[in-house]
Order: sequence, then structure tokens, then C-alpha cells
Amino acid sequence: MSVMYSSITKKIWMSLMGLFLMIFLVVHLGINLLLLFDPTRELFNVVAHFMGTNPIIQIFQWVLFAGFAIHIVLGITLQIQNWIARPKGYKVKASSEDTFFSRYMIHTGIIIMIFLIIHFANFFFKAKIFHSIPEFILNGVPTGMEDMGILVVQLFQLPEYVIGYIVALLILGFHLDHAFQSAFQSLGLSHKKYTPFIKGLGHIYSIVITLGYIIIPLFIYFTK
Amino acid sequence: MDLKLKIWRQPGPDAEGKFVHYPVHNISKDASFLEMMDILNEELVANGEEPVAFDHDCREGICGMCSLYINGHPHGPDDSITTCQLHMRKFKDGETVVIEPWRAKPFPIIKDLMVDRTAFDEIIQAGGYVSINTGGVPDANAIPIKKENADLAMDAAACIGCGACVAACKNASAMLFVSAKVSQFALLPQGKVEAKRRVENMVAKMDDLGFGNCTNTYACEAECPKDISVANIARMNREFFVAKIS
Repeated sequence: MSVMYSSITKKIWMSLMGLFLMIFLVVHLGINLLLLFDPTRELFNVVAHFMGTNPIIQIFQWVLFAGFAIHIVLGITLQIQNWIARPKGYKVKASSEDTFFSRYMIHTGIIIMIFLIIHFANFFFKAKIFHSIPEFILNGVPTGMEDMGILVVQLFQLPEYVIGYIVALLILGFHLDHAFQSAFQSLGLSHKKYTPFIKGLGHIYSIVITLGYIIIPLFIYFTK
Repeated sequence: MDLKLKIWRQPGPDAEGKFVHYPVHNISKDASFLEMMDILNEELVANGEEPVAFDHDCREGICGMCSLYINGHPHGPDDSITTCQLHMRKFKDGETVVIEPWRAKPFPIIKDLMVDRTAFDEIIQAGGYVSINTGGVPDANAIPIKKENADLAMDAAACIGCGACVAACKNASAMLFVSAKVSQFALLPQGKVEAKRRVENMVAKMDDLGFGNCTNTYACEAECPKDISVANIARMNREFFVAKIS
């Protein structure tokens, strides 16, 4: 169905969903960072419990899934159309001064999608479908909440998982670096004064998000 | 100077093409690229061979007819010029120069390096004009236009429709061309009247013709011989959005 809509309509949706997912990444990072500040995992588990049970968040969870689905389906549709638009490529690869990461959005995007599936299998499905997460016991007292925190701590003690996670997050960073300013351009928000600022902010955003997420497995791996 | 040329030869639209190697000798560094091609063709004709077909017309950088994808760059390695304004001093003696046609589904190859850019004409026919009655020539100060807008419209109108943006884009997207044509009208009062209809029709035609989607790589801006800004693409996205929701 996404083929029917015009190229610009698709791009506007692509950017809106992308911006929405970028806000989600900030919220998610904020919650994850709680693990660094509270060795008892209480803070993290309380927030995770709230996110898993609050009715408004439960509705928003479906909006988020829709956001991912639209972004992924449109991204793949746009890319397939783009490949069709040039059936025969050049012998000499283009060396135009474009932004490096912009050439590999589909590749970084697909890796992020695979990471997302693994991520869901490791956390979301365990909590929501299999209910296989142990109860959080604080100072010997059962709390009635799931211990999401211990799941994270256990996974981040496996070196192969830590490395995989860091690689996936670096790739997410590359994706975001192009995505941030690109979303504004697609929405027509270009201005000679503000566009350089948005480009700079996009670099800062992608670096902060990437480093923020990467610190957590490193911290857990080397301290626990 | 001597050069090793690798040129795409294709006898006709549906024929198989291939790269053919042509050494050229004693080319003046002050010759233009197309003069170098002329020298090669004269040699080919003298040897009874078929000359290389390539597009060209004014040879002064304003008609938009010349093309050629030279060593990975539309209009060659120099900035802000067309192929006809490119000089051989931009190349090194003994260098291998690979010359390819524009590659995009909506730009089919006619022969060798010539491509059919009728698709651009069709986009213009879909709305790249003003059809309201604007009357006789008004006094210069009768219609107030902001200097900034007049300048932006003039910059957009500098687009010569050569297709380098499509050739450079990894997606073969025509957004820079279409946005320049949308912008040059949308910024001026006479063009504003039909702005909504224009952007919707031109974008629909662009999509129909099979151009790719813009992914904001900005390779088009880097390769445009007339330095058309990607700010025009943002303006077109804005115009399109407003037209769709209103």
C-alpha cells in the first residue's frame, strides 16, 4: 500500500516516525541509566514496572510499535523504488561530496531492525508473553514487581552480548547522525540560520545517545 | 597530453553496451573536454569507425544539453561548471578517464553517451509554467517583491535542466530539478496563484516517470553546475505538505 503514496508523502511520514522514535530513544536511555546510579536495581525496576503496567503507557506502546512498523515498511519501500530507478549502475562509483552515513541508511537500518528483534526476544517477549522474569526481591522482601534489572545485568556479563550490543549501538549512532537533520529537511524545515544549528545538534544527539547506551554494558561488565 | 579514455559505447537504445578503450594523444591542456571528444571523433571518422555520440549544444554552459559522467562525477571533476566548460588541464597526463552516460531509468540511452531527457520536459508540462493572465508589462514598482525572494527565485531559475542531479543521486532522484522549478514560481506573486496545483502535479509526474526518492544525501547540490541549493527541496516538501493538507 505504501507504494501508492507520493514520494514526498512517504518521506514526511518517514521523518515524523523517525523523530518520534528519536524521542523514544531518549526516554529509554533515561530509564536505562538508572541502573548505573542504583546498585539495588530498585529505581530501574520501579520505573520498568510503571512502564509495563501504566494504562496510558500501554496504549502508547502500540503507537510506538506502529511507529517502528511504518518507519521500517516505508524505508524498505523507498529503497526498493530507488534501486529500480537506476537499473544499471556506474562503473566508477560516485565520489560526490555527500554525507557519508546517508549512503548506508538501508544497511544500518536493517542491522538495527535485526538488533531490535533480538532485543525484543531478550526483554519484551520474556516480560510480556512468557512471563519468565523472576520477582524482584529487595532486602529479602518480595516486591510483587518483575526484576527486569537482573535480566540486563545477567546479559551484560556475557562478553559476546556486550560486544554485539556496542556494535549495534554504534551502527544506530551512524543511522541517527544522518537521520536527525534529514528529518527536518524532509519536513521542509530548512533555514539559513537554523539548519547549521540542527545539523550540529544532530551530531551531538547521535553521539550522546550512542555513548549513553554504550556506557551501561561497559559499566556492568567491568563492575559486576 | 596523452589520455586513456574508457568510453561507454552502445549502438542503440536496446542494444548491449560495453566500455571501449581509446588512447588519445597530443591533446592541449587548454582544450575543452568536448574539444577533446571532437578530436577523438575526427580520428575515428578518419579511420572509418563510428564516432562517439554525445549531447552538446551551446558549449558555453547555459543550454543544459551536455552531460557525461566523468570519473564518477556528472560534468567531470571541476565544481559548478558543465562538461562543455571543463578543461583538460583538470586531468593529469596519462590519466585514465572513464566516460559514462547518465544512468537512470527515466533517462534511457539513445546511443553511446546520449540519453533521452524528455522526462524533464514532461515534468515541466505537468505544471512548470504560469497559466494565469498576467496582463501587460507592469511598472517595475507596481508589484512589490522582497529582494530576498527575487534573489532566491532567480537562483532557482538558474537551473538549466541538465539532469546532473539525477545522475549524481544514488537514488536517481529528480528532486533538485523539480524543486528548483517549483521554487522559481512559488517565490513570486504571479507563480503563487497556481502554487498548490503546480507542486502536486509536478511531484506526481516525477513519481510516475520512475525517478527515485530523495534521501537527503545532498550529492545533487555538490554536483549541480548551477549550484542549486537543497533548500529548494525543503521548500518543495513544505509546499507539497501545505498543498496536501489544505
